[in-house]
Amino acid sequence: MGKMMTGFMGWIDARFPLTKMWKEHLAEYYAPKNLNFWYFFGSLALLVLVIQILTGIWLTMNYKPDAAKAFASVEYIMRDVDWGWLIRYMHSTGASAFFIVVYLHMFRGLLYGSYRKPRELLWIFGMFIYLCLMAEAFFGYLLPWGQMSYWGAQVIVSLFGAIPVIGDDLALWIRGDYVISDVTLNRFFAFHVIAVPLVLIVLVAAHILALHEVGSNNPDGIEIKKIKDANGIPKDGIPFHPYYTVKDIVGVVVFLMFFSIVIFFIPDGGGFFLEHPNFEPADPLKTPEHIAPVWYFTPYYAMLRAVPDKFGGVIVMGGAVLILFFLPWLDRSPAKSIRYRGVLYKSAIALLVISFVVLGYLGTQAPTPGKTMVARIGTIVYFLFFLLMPIYTKLDSTKPVPERVTK
Amino acid sequence: MNRRLVTLLFLLLPALAGATSGGGHLDKANIDLTNKQSLQKGAKLFVNYCLSCHSAAYQRYNRMGSDLGLTEQQVIDNLMFAAQKIGEPMTVAMSRQNGKNWFGAPPPDLTLVSRSRGPDWLYTYLRTFYLDESRPFGVNNLVFPSVGMPHVLWELQGWQKPVYKTVEHEGKERQVIDHLELVEPGTMTPAEYDKAITNLVNFMTYMGEPVKLERQALGIKVLLFLLVLLVITYLLKKEYWKDVH
Repeated sequence: MGKMMTGFMGWIDARFPLTKMWKEHLAEYYAPKNLNFWYFFGSLALLVLVIQILTGIWLTMNYKPDAAKAFASVEYIMRDVDWGWLIRYMHSTGASAFFIVVYLHMFRGLLYGSYRKPRELLWIFGMFIYLCLMAEAFFGYLLPWGQMSYWGAQVIVSLFGAIPVIGDDLALWIRGDYVISDVTLNRFFAFHVIAVPLVLIVLVAAHILALHEVGSNNPDGIEIKKIKDANGIPKDGIPFHPYYTVKDIVGVVVFLMFFSIVIFFIPDGGGFFLEHPNFEPADPLKTPEHIAPVWYFTPYYAMLRAVPDKFGGVIVMGGAVLILFFLPWLDRSPAKSIRYRGVLYKSAIALLVISFVVLGYLGTQAPTPGKTMVARIGTIVYFLFFLLMPIYTKLDSTKPVPERVTK
Repeated sequence: MNRRLVTLLFLLLPALAGATSGGGHLDKANIDLTNKQSLQKGAKLFVNYCLSCHSAAYQRYNRMGSDLGLTEQQVIDNLMFAAQKIGEPMTVAMSRQNGKNWFGAPPPDLTLVSRSRGPDWLYTYLRTFYLDESRPFGVNNLVFPSVGMPHVLWELQGWQKPVYKTVEHEGKERQVIDHLELVEPGTMTPAEYDKAITNLVNFMTYMGEPVKLERQALGIKVLLFLLVLLVITYLLKKEYWKDVH
């Protein structure tokens, strides 16, 4: 049996680097042994991607990208397709789960300086994945053709109209019509089910390849590759498989428990995962009293509204996402991990989290003068975290970083 | 500990400030989706009073029958007036154009109204029609101001008129509606009417998501399975990690 396997694998390996890849990426990929709770979210993001692709394929089998039929076809899936309700709830909950997991994954990067040299490209690939995810979520949200789908898309596309000179033509070009219509639905469907997912998968592959080239960071923010044993294996490293595969499976099960609680008991996520107005079919003649994007976009939406000028708001909103790309070069601290950083960085990151959460809340609310003022302060705090980073990370009093990883 | 707290806050973020609907006070609808009798009574009210103008186009008669514990013959005899076949959806004969001409706007489809408005809103809405001379149908509504719908259930409830009170708002005195008072009783007592509306809202909530009870029952099984799997996978992880120091 063993000989037959060697023979078979030998035949494959002579033609395709299967064993080599297995070793490079799993059995002989050495990950730091001190990875903690925060390191579950990378593999979980991959899991959610697979869930979204599979449920998406099955949804496509019964969904109709046609303005006259789209809403009804979603209800057909919910009522008449066997297990359609489960597939649909998995997909709609998966969208929110994707952002929860990715936000936590990115926050982990901030905590332990995972974007720092030599992981700049890894971070940039990750940021492109985040952009793709936002596009994917935006295009997908139009497809159920509910009131919020329609008016949300109307608001977002009209933002392009705020760009001077070319704005109106650009918005027209994106919509393919003067308002969101059947034409828009068809092209958004094409982007959602094939164009963006293709780019996303390629980027995820690049993200993982880059990670395996430079190696995983860890909660101490030190390079385990600096200290190797006689065989050239990092002393603080353990093979990803089986150690992290069995550990990540535990994380997957815990994640699936939270995921199942939402799917089976609160599938609309209290109106945050599936918004109540979206149970009404799109009506181009009836504007909902309050238009708010889904929760994962609300921090940026609050920033957009905080700026009095529409084009200025668009710039600020775009800048809030793009500024993350520059993180590797803004951080000048000698320590990567928050464990060895001083009070300045710790305060700054706390303020960032508070401002992001507060902005997220404000983005779901109808604006009032008081709330707009808070949103303005939140926006300034958010940007100052990045703009002042070269200064406070340099001034910060850091602790000495150890040679080897700690427990 | 701190880090756990931060994580928890992140996870709770979407749930923050759950219900943020504007508008007046809503009475709580004490519905029970497991109460088949209540659902059947609600279905009867729905097909008799609502289904002449409003459709429920995503709900099929036979699905309603099997979910409510009725035979096909019972559905055909008691609940199906306009449709030909038991497998048809609950559509309505009135055209959208007629609806628009008669009511100002075509009456909306009601299959999903319990999901867009919520059971409490429906329960309050259906009980708070009041006489208002200024409206085309002579009635207005506490939770749906300037409502276009006539008070279809007036025979059952009777007519209510508003009782005003004076409140101070930004230094000015204003008249607002304090409560509604029954001026002409219907065939039901107020308690009977509330019960009937509870049944109706119960049925409409069922209709918004027919799979709800099945979904929750399955959810318990899935979670129990995952719990067992968690124990096994955790022990597996522990076993492997014994030799990591």
